[in-house]
Amino acid sequence: MPDTANTESLLRCRGLSVTLGKHPIIDRIDLNLNRGQIMTVIGPNGAGKSTLIKALLGIVPIRSGQLERKRGLRIGYMPQKLHIDDSLPLSVYRLMTLTQAASRDQAKAALAQTEVSHLLDRAVQKLSGGEFQRVMLARALLKDPELLVLDEPVQGVDFTGEIELYRLIQRLRDERGCAILMVSHDLHLVMAATDEVICLNGHVCCSGAPENVTKAPEFLAMFGPQHADALAFYSHHHDHRHSLHEQGGHVHD
Amino acid sequence: MIELLWPALVAGTLIALVAGPLGSFMVWRRMAYFGDTMAHSGLLGVTLAVILNLHLTLGVALVTTTLALLLFTLQRQKRLPTDTLLGILSHGSLAIGMLALAFSDSIRMDLSGLLFGDLLAVNPTDLIWVGTITLIALPLMAWMWKPLLAITVHEDLAKAEGIPTERIRVLYLILIALVIAVAMKIVGILLITALLIIPAAGARWLANTPEQMALGAAALGMLSIWLGLWFSWVANAPSGPAIVVTAVVAFTLLLVAGLLKKEA
Repeated sequence: MPDTANTESLLRCRGLSVTLGKHPIIDRIDLNLNRGQIMTVIGPNGAGKSTLIKALLGIVPIRSGQLERKRGLRIGYMPQKLHIDDSLPLSVYRLMTLTQAASRDQAKAALAQTEVSHLLDRAVQKLSGGEFQRVMLARALLKDPELLVLDEPVQGVDFTGEIELYRLIQRLRDERGCAILMVSHDLHLVMAATDEVICLNGHVCCSGAPENVTKAPEFLAMFGPQHADALAFYSHHHDHRHSLHEQGGHVHD
Repeated sequence: MIELLWPALVAGTLIALVAGPLGSFMVWRRMAYFGDTMAHSGLLGVTLAVILNLHLTLGVALVTTTLALLLFTLQRQKRLPTDTLLGILSHGSLAIGMLALAFSDSIRMDLSGLLFGDLLAVNPTDLIWVGTITLIALPLMAWMWKPLLAITVHEDLAKAEGIPTERIRVLYLILIALVIAVAMKIVGILLITALLIIPAAGARWLANTPEQMALGAAALGMLSIWLGLWFSWVANAPSGPAIVVTAVVAFTLLLVAGLLKKEA
């Protein structure tokens, strides 16, 4: 992807807070996502990861703070694993075209990018966990997104499937140059495939390049020292180019 | 014979036509109990209509619509699930209706007629009500079909993709409330939900798309009305139960057909 485009900010928030009743769910979040960047939000259950995503997408109302999106930003959103009732007869093609028009050829081409083009006419209830997530990813790609928002993309996928799915996500970024904002609680795999990590627990505990975050005391306090070497296991997968990011928190090798 | 039957046939056919797509969404959205709640509040609606000297259907429509809006508002809190809310609204409105009935000695009500309706006693005013609600409901359903389907699959996803989810959802609830109010006098409190749910459930066995299921449900509903009315006529049986039994028989046959299709 062209380096000149990489510093363009797609999504930026300052002091973003969301409350449920009187309880703050997320508190004064700052983040900035540039074109072509992969950002991963990690944190324990109940840390507000999904809420942050939903606030950025305008699904839940913001209590305070500022949210700026690039004008006309095309977003492909993949929510947490969704359950479609067995009583609803729905094919993969229909699922993909619920809110957007696309020809069968276009849908098939999108499915081919996630390597599941043979599933176009399959009933959605007959898909395996991994197949379903790939279909949802293809559905998000149909919008030709500049930003992919993936909430727990590997939920319900077996372990080898997880690695493949993360590699696929990384490849999509490399090929299409779209930014990716991802929620995960799977440290080991995510760390290797991300540019910036946001460690969330209601507020931002720490953030930055994965190499730095895994050494931060806040990170160690949250996940324990046994995860400090999370990166070490998989860093050999960390083979994408490092010329991209200029913003704070990054350390270049 | 047909001269006597045709108002019933027309009214029944129109209700079945609307109930098909509307009921399919009730099945997909797991809202079967919502129909029961609307129906149970019918007694309160009827009592209200008599006390306020309103048209019966208008009184019922007032109460069902109010309950639908109340449910929509209560659903904003997350602590109590929808089925619990429906239980409160359903039994609460039924009890209030019974109390109101008990305290006003001027009202003498044919409870059996209210519970089971009488399709064979449909009068021209009823036909106008049914015709009007059909003319409103069918275009409205066609218009909100795609967005409502998207909301049914995943509400957050639909919202993120620009669908005004709350507006569509409240519109759908009001539409059910109105259709139930109009249909209640004709097929009765106990049976209106049956006409929404059973044909849709039957159509599921053979349908491959949402549209097939909705049209199949409408067709199945109409068939149940016609056969049920015919049976009620020749056997001198009450029409409401005859229609529902026909629908249940059709559901069972389709279930078997669906299982055979799966094996083949």
